Formats: sequence, C-alpha cells, structure tokens
Amino acid sequence: MSKGSDGKASQKMASQAYGQKPAKTANMKVVEGSYAVAHAVMCCRPDVISAYPITPQTHIVEHLSQMVADGEIDSEFLTVDSEFSALSVLVGSSACGARCYSSTTSQGLALMYEVLYNVSGMRLPVVMNIANRAMGAPLNIWNDQQDAIGARDVGWLQIYAEDVQESVDATLQAYKIAEDPDIRLPIMVCMDGFILTHVYEPVELLDKDLSREFLPPYRPEHILDPKHPKTFGAFADPSTYTEFRYQQFEAQKKALDKIEKVAAEFEETFGRYYGGLLDSYYAEDAEVVIVTLGSVIGTIKDAIDALRSEGKKVGLIKVRSYRPFPVEALRKSLKDASVIAVLEKDVSIGSEAGLLTDLKAALYNSQIRTPVIGFAAGLGGRDITIKDIRRLVEKAEAAAKGIESEFEFLTLRKEIL
Amino acid sequence: METKAGRLVDPCSSQITKTGAWRTFVPVFDHTKCIKCSLCEIYCPEGCIHQEEGLFIPDLDYCKGCSVCAHECPQRAITMILEEK
Repeated sequence: MSKGSDGKASQKMASQAYGQKPAKTANMKVVEGSYAVAHAVMCCRPDVISAYPITPQTHIVEHLSQMVADGEIDSEFLTVDSEFSALSVLVGSSACGARCYSSTTSQGLALMYEVLYNVSGMRLPVVMNIANRAMGAPLNIWNDQQDAIGARDVGWLQIYAEDVQESVDATLQAYKIAEDPDIRLPIMVCMDGFILTHVYEPVELLDKDLSREFLPPYRPEHILDPKHPKTFGAFADPSTYTEFRYQQFEAQKKALDKIEKVAAEFEETFGRYYGGLLDSYYAEDAEVVIVTLGSVIGTIKDAIDALRSEGKKVGLIKVRSYRPFPVEALRKSLKDASVIAVLEKDVSIGSEAGLLTDLKAALYNSQIRTPVIGFAAGLGGRDITIKDIRRLVEKAEAAAKGIESEFEFLTLRKEIL
Repeated sequence: METKAGRLVDPCSSQITKTGAWRTFVPVFDHTKCIKCSLCEIYCPEGCIHQEEGLFIPDLDYCKGCSVCAHECPQRAITMILEEK
C-alpha cells in the first residue's frame, strides 16, 4: 500500500504524487515561516500591501515592508491605523484593478469582519494570510483556529496549510484561484500562528520567474476609472439582493474544481503537490479515520505511524479547502471508514465545532451511516501530543460500538475547573 | 444590470431607484408662510426639493418622508401628513 493513497476514491492525493514524481527540494533554505510566506507574496507581485501589525502575523508584513524598502518588490506598502482600515484600503485598491495583499489574525480579523463581506460581495480577489490565533477574552496570543473558522460564512475561500512549504505554495496558488474570472472571490490562506509563522525549517522558496509564468498579471474586466465612472457594491433592494448572494454561492462551488486544477498546474510547474481539496494518509483501509485541518497533521501522521506498527488501522483525511467545503470529495474519501473522528482547534459555543458540524451535514443525506464524533483540542495554543491522538483513537474505537459523547474537549484539565 | 462586483452600476443610478415608495409621511408646503430661505432645499438628504415658478416643491418620486425639511423650516411652513394610499 502506498502511503496516503486512497484507491477507492477518485481524488488524487499528495503522497501518491510524491511517489510518481519527487518533490523539488534542491534549493531548500532554512528560513522562518513568516519570511518564507513574505517571499512568496513578493513572487506574487502585489501592487498594494496594506496591513496592521498583530502577533503572530507581524513578521510577515515586517519582512514585506523591508522588501519594499530594499526595492526588491515594487508594491505600494500602506501602514494604516487599524485592521478595519487595512482591508478597506484594499477594497478601493482592488476595485481599481490592483493585485492586493494583507495579513492578519485573531482580533485583527474580527475587526475586519464588516469589510470581509464587502470584499467578497464586490468580488474582489484579495489574498490574506491568516496566522491563526485564539480569540479573546481571556487574552491569548497562541495558536488555534477560532478566528478563521468564525469567519467561515463571509464568502471568502479558506485554505488551511499543514506546514511552511504548503503555506508558501498555497499563497501563490491562492492568487491564481481568486483572480480566475469564474471565481473572483477573496481567499484566506490559513497557517497556524507561531507553529508555522515562527518556526525555522527547510523551505524551497519560490522562483520569481517560474511564479511569473504561473501567475499572469491581474487584468479585471471592470475597474474604478475616472474616465469611465462606475460604482461597485451599489445599493441592491430586495428585488435583486438574493441574486448577488446566489452568484457568490455558485462561484464558491466552481472553486471546488479550480482549487484542484490549480494544485495540479502548480505541480506541473514546481513539482510539489499537497492534494487539492483534501489529502489523505493511510486512509485507504483505515477503520478509524481522523479528519482535521492545519499543522496538527504532522503530529497525527507520526501517531498513525506508531499505531500502524501496532496493527491499528488508523488513517487521516486532511481538509485543505474548508470553504468551499468539499462535500463530494469527503463522501468519497470517508465511505469505507468504521468510525470518523474530527479534531479541530475551534469551538462553536452553544453548538459543537465548525468542521464537525459541516462534516456531519455533508454525510447526512449520503449513504454513509458511519458514527462521527468530534473533539476540540489545542485551544489557545495548548499542545496536541501523540499521547492525545492515541486517546482520541481509543475514544473513536469505543464510539464505533456506540456513541457516548458526540463532542468533547479532548485535553480538558478538570482539576482547575 | 451588471451583477458582478456586488452590483456594478453606471453614474446617476440613484435617479433610476425611486425611493418615494418608502414614505409613510408626506411633506405638505404652506407657500403663504414661506420666506424663500431655501433651508428645506439645502437640508433635504435626497436633494429632491427644488423651486418651480418660485415655489419650493418636493419631488415625491424620491421623497422618503424623513421630515428633515419640516424640522428645519423656520416658518413651520411644512407639515408632515400621514399618507393614505
């Protein structure tokens, strides 16, 4: 069995691709995750960068600011008074036809909330890196994914990266997806704060010329132009408003194909592949399948290696694209599982958690009647260890015989409650 | 209508969108009290009050019935009346 191949599903998976074509790793450099992403943004040649510093995103825009000052990149870099302004500047800039970039996290993303809807409603293909961080209160600067999952309904696409290399590559892919005339929607490229933004690891930095070849200049059909005055995002009364939402909805559905295509094109040019909408690891014959997002996947893969060596059939489905939510791909990938365990770093207070709820909804009208249970873990930066994954698998195995708890906090310290 | 870009419209689209149907109260002008100070015309947020043969007249295709003109008129020459349709 090849690692990660999912023979029964038609999805092409990353590990399969690695088997066919070795990833290009010749020019790897050990750099900080934030630098690697800033370098990727430079290779995307944005016309306007507008950002406000907030931990753990700050290093990304600091590096970009330095690149602009050093003349390595010909972008307008705007330092603004808040995240609300940072994204509002990009609404105007993008409507003028500029390729636009910003980056934020947590409270900063929350402050952008109103503008997030404006960007997607006006169909502006802005790309933002989200350095995922917990939401206050209580104040916490460490990693979880509450910030971006909380903004799942604003019309932006959301791609979650597993490591720094994927964050780099997904940033370039994001512009190609966002700027497609059939899509024209903004994208959040989510990378776990600190765990990925502040880690130093070997990365293949993007080649400027190859990036230029991969990502052509942005030439939108309509722009703000004094010679041909137009208004973007104008008043729509009840007789037309629904149709705008419908078209955003349809564009997200089209993005399902586009994300797969762009991932394949990226592999053609750069030789690296992470799966399109999903990726898998030992999911083919797995009885217990863990479904999750982001950097915790590295730990889970190690846990799976250990569990497999003990004869336990555990596998992983990695959700790369959370919006659009890959319903069909998930149904195909999960149809043979005995039990599904969702692990995520967010909680929907008063319900369960984002990925769990979406996944259960995706399976409900299918033929799949596999038990699905969910776990919130890693909140506010608490480590998720191999031992925790083992506990999760034990709970999942028990749930295959009968669910006792549909959703719980995996690493709860009951002694301080 | 161009439906990309969250409704992309050409200039002067506010002339196409007639907002008079939003109105509950309609301003009624007593021209005998009017001193031609123009405050109603200046303050009208819709810009729908204009002079016709020296008299200030609201364009009821656009007047939303907000009462700003009546509030600002120093002569109390404008009365807001519940509009029965």
